[in-house]
Amino acid sequence: MSIEFDAKIHATLEDANLQLAIYTATGRLKEKRIEAVSSEALPDYQELRTQANAIKKHAIENLDHYLEEFERNVEARGGKVAYCKDATEVSDFVLSIAKERGSRLIVKSKSMTTEEVDLNERLEHHGLESVETDLGEYILQLAHEKPYHIVAPALHKTRYDVAGIFTNSLHVPTETVPEKQTAIARAVLRQKFLDADIGISGANFLVADSGAVVLVENEGNARLTTTAPKIHIAVAGIEKVIPRAQDLVTFLKLLARSATGQLLSVYTSFLAGPRRPGEVDGPDEFYVVLLDNGRTKLLPDRTKRQSLYCIRCGACLNTCPVYRKIGGHSFPWVYSGPIGAIITPQFMGVSHEPGLPFASSLCGACGEVCPVKIDIPRVLLELRSDVKKSEAREKQNRLERLAFRVYAWLMTHPRLYEMAGRIGASMAPDSEGGWIRNVPAPMNLPPVRAWLSQRDLPPSPNKSFREMWRQR
Amino acid sequence: MSRDNILYRVRTALGRSAGQAVDDAPPVRIRIPLVDREARIAGMIARVEALAGLACCAADPRAVVARAIAGKTAVASNAPYLSECGITSLPGVRSGITGLEELRSLCASCDVGITSADYALADTGTLVMLASPREARLVSLLPPAHIAVVPRERILTGLDELFSILPRPAEQTSSMVLITGPSRTADIEQILVRGVHGPGQISVVIV
Repeated sequence: MSIEFDAKIHATLEDANLQLAIYTATGRLKEKRIEAVSSEALPDYQELRTQANAIKKHAIENLDHYLEEFERNVEARGGKVAYCKDATEVSDFVLSIAKERGSRLIVKSKSMTTEEVDLNERLEHHGLESVETDLGEYILQLAHEKPYHIVAPALHKTRYDVAGIFTNSLHVPTETVPEKQTAIARAVLRQKFLDADIGISGANFLVADSGAVVLVENEGNARLTTTAPKIHIAVAGIEKVIPRAQDLVTFLKLLARSATGQLLSVYTSFLAGPRRPGEVDGPDEFYVVLLDNGRTKLLPDRTKRQSLYCIRCGACLNTCPVYRKIGGHSFPWVYSGPIGAIITPQFMGVSHEPGLPFASSLCGACGEVCPVKIDIPRVLLELRSDVKKSEAREKQNRLERLAFRVYAWLMTHPRLYEMAGRIGASMAPDSEGGWIRNVPAPMNLPPVRAWLSQRDLPPSPNKSFREMWRQR
Repeated sequence: MSRDNILYRVRTALGRSAGQAVDDAPPVRIRIPLVDREARIAGMIARVEALAGLACCAADPRAVVARAIAGKTAVASNAPYLSECGITSLPGVRSGITGLEELRSLCASCDVGITSADYALADTGTLVMLASPREARLVSLLPPAHIAVVPRERILTGLDELFSILPRPAEQTSSMVLITGPSRTADIEQILVRGVHGPGQISVVIV
């Protein structure tokens, strides 16, 4: 475990207010979920999970096919698709559109994928204003913080924190009633929606047979982001594609129930291309960015690739005894909780934070609540094994590095080098077929054997080069 | 180019080749319960009310809407059903808007937006709105209150029935929105607040 990870965990554990906030919020979401998927409320819950898992498995196993089908259908309806391999390509794409149209103001609806590539920071670096419009995300943008939770981003902020943030950034009188705080944000953001040239959204699903982007939300900010500005850009991970619009029946029943215990989120938008002839409103231009950013690295392994089934409901966070103690900001990347513990090491490499796959009691609760049946504990075990293998490789490399450092030091000290050479030559074993294959007992250590197993060492000459040079 | 590069990486990782056929996707899972019309209407009303919305059955929708918007300004969508019901001719109601700027400024300033709905889903209390020249998106989005006038035969049982009627909604519309209750958030201390960016009040008049 890195010092940073350890320090963040301890800071969270020692903050009593934060502990209470995390515990209360996740507890409430957890209870609501349990009620919403109970056998009385949703008798076919288990069949729906099985179906959702089967669809995701099929879609990921045939990902290239469904991406191309999606792309064809978006373009058939007048939209455009841009494949981007990383953060730079996404921001370059948005910047090129903004530059062409002379746009300065961008409104954004909640998207974990854009958090992943630091899109706001990148756009602002180039002089654009990019405003988060989900209330929680807006609060965090003003506070310059990352989301604490996939679904409830500002879970760690109290109304008093929010009052301070609004007073500091918006220069409004101190207001501590959430209803009035919401009204303040509504008024500021309403104007941004009406003035913005570009709206950037994420995507909960990409529907291959329709070329549609599906967005699920409660506030109406995603609807406004995709309706008011002339240009809509949806940024989505390539794993979001599902084959058919009819598959939404399964996923929509599971998503809101697992996330917040709602039967459906307030707004589910199914967006297929720019506005059509005769429509009074809606965007003139419709773009979908398909982002890799490391996702293709997860595909080869049949067990680990199921991490890409995730529909970002956050249920595993709420139920995880570890997340509920260490909170969201202890995690080294934007994705927290059990899903973060399996996604982050695969996207960033296991050595990014080797402690991460171990930050779990393996109690299995995450796997049990996952609406798409990702076997998170199993993937955690695989990643633990990867961490250990990589540490073993590191250790081996360390010895080799040490040996070369000693060698380098000897090389810069000619007398010692010569002496060592003579000692070495006197100890050198006999050659077999012109090469040294074995070394005698005191030197015959496992690292030396490992080194020799891959390399041929010539037998030691009778005279060293230096001796020959002196006798010349 | 990243497109070909990404697709190549996907194919290599999955052991597939370009244009390779796919196995059949798992069969679609759609289960439509049998619920008679009266029960669907009752279900719709109960669900909308559970979400803190208003819902009623009305023989005379014009009178109901007139009472609801008395003394307020309203903008109505171009849905033919609203004019058939006489709602567009109510005092204080602006309708027949075909210009974007006019629509935006009206929706941003009016107290109430009045629309019809293409369908309603009884088991979740949901309105289904398909954007078209008759139904602009902003009418159900910008004003602080939304009234939807829905003929009773458009009330479906739920999502399963909706997607069996519209297996590919993109063939009908560029935007299908399901509205389930008033706009809401619980982002500050999990305290429920209604009317964040969309309407904080929603009323469904079933005709």
